[in-house]
Amino acid sequence: MIDQITVFLENKEGRLLALCRCIGDAGVNMHAMTIAESADFGLVRIICDDPQKALEALNAADFRANKTKVVGIVVPNRPGGVADLLEILDDLNLNIEYGYCFSINNDEAADVFKIHGDAESAGAAFKLEEAGFKVLSQEDLA
Amino acid sequence: MSIDQDVLKLPHDQIEQIQLDGIKKTAVRVYENVPFYKNSFDEARFNPYEINSLDDLSKAPFITKQDLRDNYPYKLFAVPMEDVLEIHMSSGTTGIATVGGYTKHDLDIWGECFGRGVTYADGGPKDIVHVCYGYGLFTGGLGAHYGGLCSGATTIPMSAGNTERQIRVLKEMGSTIICCTPSYAMHIADTAIEMGLDPAKDFHLRAGIHGAEPFSDNFRADLEKKLNYKVLDVYGLTECMGPGVAIECMEQTGLHLAEDHFYAEIIDPATGKNLPDGEWGELVLTSVDREAQPVIRYRTKDITRIIPGECACGRTHRRIDRLHGRTDDMMIIRGVNVFPSQIEDVMETFDDVSSWYQIELSTKNSLDVVTLKAEVNPGFDLDSVASIENLQNSIQAKLKTALAVGIKVKLVEPKSIPRSTGKAKRVIDLRKENEK
Ligand SMILES: [Zn+2]
Repeated sequence: MIDQITVFLENKEGRLLALCRCIGDAGVNMHAMTIAESADFGLVRIICDDPQKALEALNAADFRANKTKVVGIVVPNRPGGVADLLEILDDLNLNIEYGYCFSINNDEAADVFKIHGDAESAGAAFKLEEAGFKVLSQEDLA
Repeated sequence: MSIDQDVLKLPHDQIEQIQLDGIKKTAVRVYENVPFYKNSFDEARFNPYEINSLDDLSKAPFITKQDLRDNYPYKLFAVPMEDVLEIHMSSGTTGIATVGGYTKHDLDIWGECFGRGVTYADGGPKDIVHVCYGYGLFTGGLGAHYGGLCSGATTIPMSAGNTERQIRVLKEMGSTIICCTPSYAMHIADTAIEMGLDPAKDFHLRAGIHGAEPFSDNFRADLEKKLNYKVLDVYGLTECMGPGVAIECMEQTGLHLAEDHFYAEIIDPATGKNLPDGEWGELVLTSVDREAQPVIRYRTKDITRIIPGECACGRTHRRIDRLHGRTDDMMIIRGVNVFPSQIEDVMETFDDVSSWYQIELSTKNSLDVVTLKAEVNPGFDLDSVASIENLQNSIQAKLKTALAVGIKVKLVEPKSIPRSTGKAKRVIDLRKENEK
C-alpha cells in the first residue's frame, strides 16, 4: 500500500502552480499527479517520495490536503498485462472508487487503485501478490 | 424600591389600554412641542388627536436614526431643559452621535424596566448585582445600575475592565447576578480559568443579564457551562431608553417586552407594512409614557418577530425573539427576505465547514443567483469528488428548507474568504454590476 496525497483546489488561476511549487520547495519529488474535476473544484491526487513531508508543507501553506491509502501495482510490460490484473480484482467483487496509471521508469509503469474499505484494500493487495504481481510499498517510491 | 410584580401579569387587554392611553397623550405632546413631529405628522396627514385604537398608530410616519441625527442634540426633547436630569449618547460609528435625554420619571421607568431582568432571574433584595458594563455615556452601565437599585438588590458598580479585580469580587463578594456584554462575561470566565480557578464552582452566579451585542446559542451554552448560571438576553437602544426594553425570563424562550412602556410593531423593512405576529421583520418601537424624548414609530433596524402565544412563566407581556441581525444586512433574493443570521443558523450545524462563509449575489438571465462559499474544515474526508458534492448538496438542501429560496453552495479552500479585522465580509452584491 502507498500513501496518496489528495488536495482540494478551487478552479482558480494559479492554484495548481502554487500547489506544485509548495511541494517542490519542500524538497518532495512527485511521481504522479492526476486531477479529478467538477465544475467548481478539482481534486489533485499525488504520489510522491515523501507523503508526510508533502502533507505538512501543504497544511502549513493553508491547502486542504488529506492522506489516503491506495494500492499501487507494477504493471507487466506486455500485452494484456493490465487485463490480467483487473481480472483478479474483478473476482474479488470490490468497489474501486478510482484508478490511474503512472510510469516508474522507462520500462515499468504502475497502476493505482483506490479500493473502498481498508480491509478490502489489504485483501486485494494480498491476492495480487499471491498471483505474482508486485504491489508497491511507500519505501519503493522513496 | 421593588418591582411591581402585578403589572407583569396583567391581562393583555389591560396592557393594551395602558398603551393606548399613554400613546394618545404622548403623540399629542410631541406634536405640540417638537417641530420635527409637527412637520412629519402634517406631511403624512396623520392626526394625533384622532388615535382611537392601537391600529390607528400604523398610519403615523416613522422616525429613523437619521432623523435623530438631524435633530442633534436637543431638538427632539419634548420637555423644557430644566426637567432633563441625565443625558446619554450612543457612539456615532458613522459620524454624529444620537442623544438620549431623561427626566426623573424616565430614569425611574428605566430602572423599573431593567430591574425586571433581576426579577426574571428570580432575584430581588437578597441578591448582589455585579454591573460590569462600562459606566458613562453608554447606556449599559447606568441602565443596569438603576435596574439593580430598583430591584432592591445590592448593586456593585464595577464598570468594565480590570478583569482580575472583577474575578476577585465575583469570588469573594458573592455576586449572584452579573450584567455585562456576553463577550466580556466570556473573557472573565476564560481569564478565571487561566488563573487556575473554576468559575463554575468558585463564583456564586445564578444568572447573567447580557446584551448590547449579538451572541449565538452555542456561545450561550458555552458561557452557561463555564459559569454555571443562566444567561438572559437583554435588548434595548439609546434612542428608546437603553437596555431593558425587553429581557428574557428563565424560560429562555424570547424576551418579554416592557409593554406598559413600549408599544412594538413588526414591519416588512422593504415596504413598511405591518406584519402579523410570528413573522420576522423590523422592530418598530413607540414610547408609551417617556417624557424627555419620546419616539413615535422608531425604526430600530433590528430584525425580530413577536412570538405568538403565552410564556410558560405566566407573565403576560408579549415576547420578541432573539435578534436576527440588522435590516442593513438583509438581502432580498427573488422577492424573499433573507437574513445572514438564518444562514448562520444552518451553517452552524455542519462540522465539516468553518464559520467563515461568504454570500455572493449575482444576476443571470435577470434572475438572482446566490452562491454561498464555505471553507472546508480539516479532517473532512475530501478524497472523492462525490464526498465533496454530497456535502455541498446537503448544505444546499438544508438552506432551501430554512430560507425557502435556493442557494448554490460552493466549497472553497481554507482562508480563501478574506478576513477584515477578524470579521468576514459576509455579503458581496454583484447584481448591479451584472446589469451594466
Ligand atoms: Zn417568560
